[in-house]
Amino acid sequence: MLKSLRRAGPALLMLAPSLILVGVFVYGLIGANFQTSITDNHTAAQATGQKPSVVVWFENYTSLLGSEAFQHSLKNLVLYTVVFLAGTLVMGFLWAWMMDKPVKGEGFFRSVYLFPFAVSFVASGVVWRWLLNSNQDEQASGLNRLFQIIGLDFLQNNWWNNVTWGITAIAIPAIWQLSGYVMALFLAGFRGIPDELREAARMDGASEWKLYRHVLFPQLSPVALSALIIIGHMSLKSFDLIMSISKPANYQTKVPAVDMYVFKSSFDYANAAAVGSILLIIVAVVIVPYLIRTNRQEKR
Amino acid sequence: MTDVVATSVPAPDTAGRPIDLHRSVPKNRFSLGRTLKYAALIFFVVIVLIPVYVLLVTSFKGTGDASPARAWALPEIWTLDNWQTAWTALSPAILRTLQMVVPSAIIAAFLGSLNGFVLSRWSFKGSNLVFTLILFGMFIPYQAVMIPLNQLVLDLGIPSGVPSLILLHVVYGIPITTLIFRNYYMTVPHELIEAARVDGAGMFRTYWSIILPISIPSFVVVLIWQFTSSWNDFLFAVFFSSSQNGPVTLALNNLANGALLQNYGVSMAGALFASLPTLLVYIILGKYFIGGLMSGSVKG
Repeated sequence: MLKSLRRAGPALLMLAPSLILVGVFVYGLIGANFQTSITDNHTAAQATGQKPSVVVWFENYTSLLGSEAFQHSLKNLVLYTVVFLAGTLVMGFLWAWMMDKPVKGEGFFRSVYLFPFAVSFVASGVVWRWLLNSNQDEQASGLNRLFQIIGLDFLQNNWWNNVTWGITAIAIPAIWQLSGYVMALFLAGFRGIPDELREAARMDGASEWKLYRHVLFPQLSPVALSALIIIGHMSLKSFDLIMSISKPANYQTKVPAVDMYVFKSSFDYANAAAVGSILLIIVAVVIVPYLIRTNRQEKR
Repeated sequence: MTDVVATSVPAPDTAGRPIDLHRSVPKNRFSLGRTLKYAALIFFVVIVLIPVYVLLVTSFKGTGDASPARAWALPEIWTLDNWQTAWTALSPAILRTLQMVVPSAIIAAFLGSLNGFVLSRWSFKGSNLVFTLILFGMFIPYQAVMIPLNQLVLDLGIPSGVPSLILLHVVYGIPITTLIFRNYYMTVPHELIEAARVDGAGMFRTYWSIILPISIPSFVVVLIWQFTSSWNDFLFAVFFSSSQNGPVTLALNNLANGALLQNYGVSMAGALFASLPTLLVYIILGKYFIGGLMSGSVKG
């Protein structure tokens, strides 16, 4: 007991600055945010404390979840996440798989595929807003014009201006930026598989497909899970790209993260906080089991 | 399991594996599969570089040159006007971003290193839980703390703009820097620390004289990571600074959205300025950059 205290004491001292910061800025604020989200703090006067606000419990949550506008945001979020995840995983895997066996100029390909990751969403948003310009035919610029030039006119569309599918257009630049990252993950995964495993499978007469199916894919599944978690939680937080390509006020491309900003800008703190809490709950449902699982594996 | 996390992508030839897993494809003979693979790799290079072409071409075009019909053509007259305008508009913000990114990256890295050391090599009962609690901070959607965070920063009296952004990048950088350092210190042999302890060194002494000096490679990775992600941050910039005191992402967004007459040439030159520092880091320190990506990938 005393011994473990002697050990934990200095250790905690060393951790103290971070523990205090994370404790206050993560856990304390999550609590405070929840507190705001169950009040009727909807006006500037209340936000600045000039007028009192009262606790209304889950009223904000039920009215948000019941409103058509917020349901649209949630639907957009799901669509965006599905396309973004599928796109990055497929591209990332494909690129890594093509480079798994030695390729001339691998360094070059790798660098090109990965470079968009170094760029901010805001900067790439500038280019992609131009590329995803919704004007068509005579007025077309961007990708629509490119499709005309190469004779694929039928591919022209109004991109993010489509109410139902518009959000998937924003997923395209997101895929462009993060596929390289997923590739890097998968590539490390491929390289981490010992050659002996492949050798052994080949000795046993496994076909190429069986080699992948029974040896390589199972070995890659932890990498795939990592990628899924990282891309998934990024997608839930997506904000920058939508802000810079579309506009926050655009109904077509709104998602909860953008709603939060819009509520905050109009001093509707209660609803802004409620949206934040809803996002947190969605993330936590995915992340907490993952962290617990990881923690348990560590202890092995 | 930690391997996935800690390994960067090794060079292909050092892996010492058989050159080709296909049974009988001699290296220099024509093979359809091989040709197709290179064709696909090059195809994707072109796809990935399309936005770069657009960015460069448009940034050199004069205003009259920007008609939709000529959207994909090279400039009729090459001009540096856009670059000049963009530089004048963005250079103060670039300077502010530097003032924000450098100190916040250094402080976050140092705190992460302390935590990483304790949580990996000086662990105590419950240290795994502490680690998991810190790690969770990496995944929270910041929207879920933004409302009270705003109030807290106000209450603390920290001026908006660079000072408050430094604080926030430090606080929310702690989880990832802790993770990266912890994974790195996991590879430090126990004997090294035991030897120090036998010599009578306490925890602080061990950290200072043994651990810190061997942490340089990890510091490089963490600093790059923090530099890049704070440089590219937009969310905190929007909430905690104004166009007068904000970082470059905010300034770029205002430049691209604010102009009465949408001038894509200026926006695109600006996007390039805003991306140059992180791109330089990526090009010059590519190896460490990828190391950072990998370490950021938690674990499977």
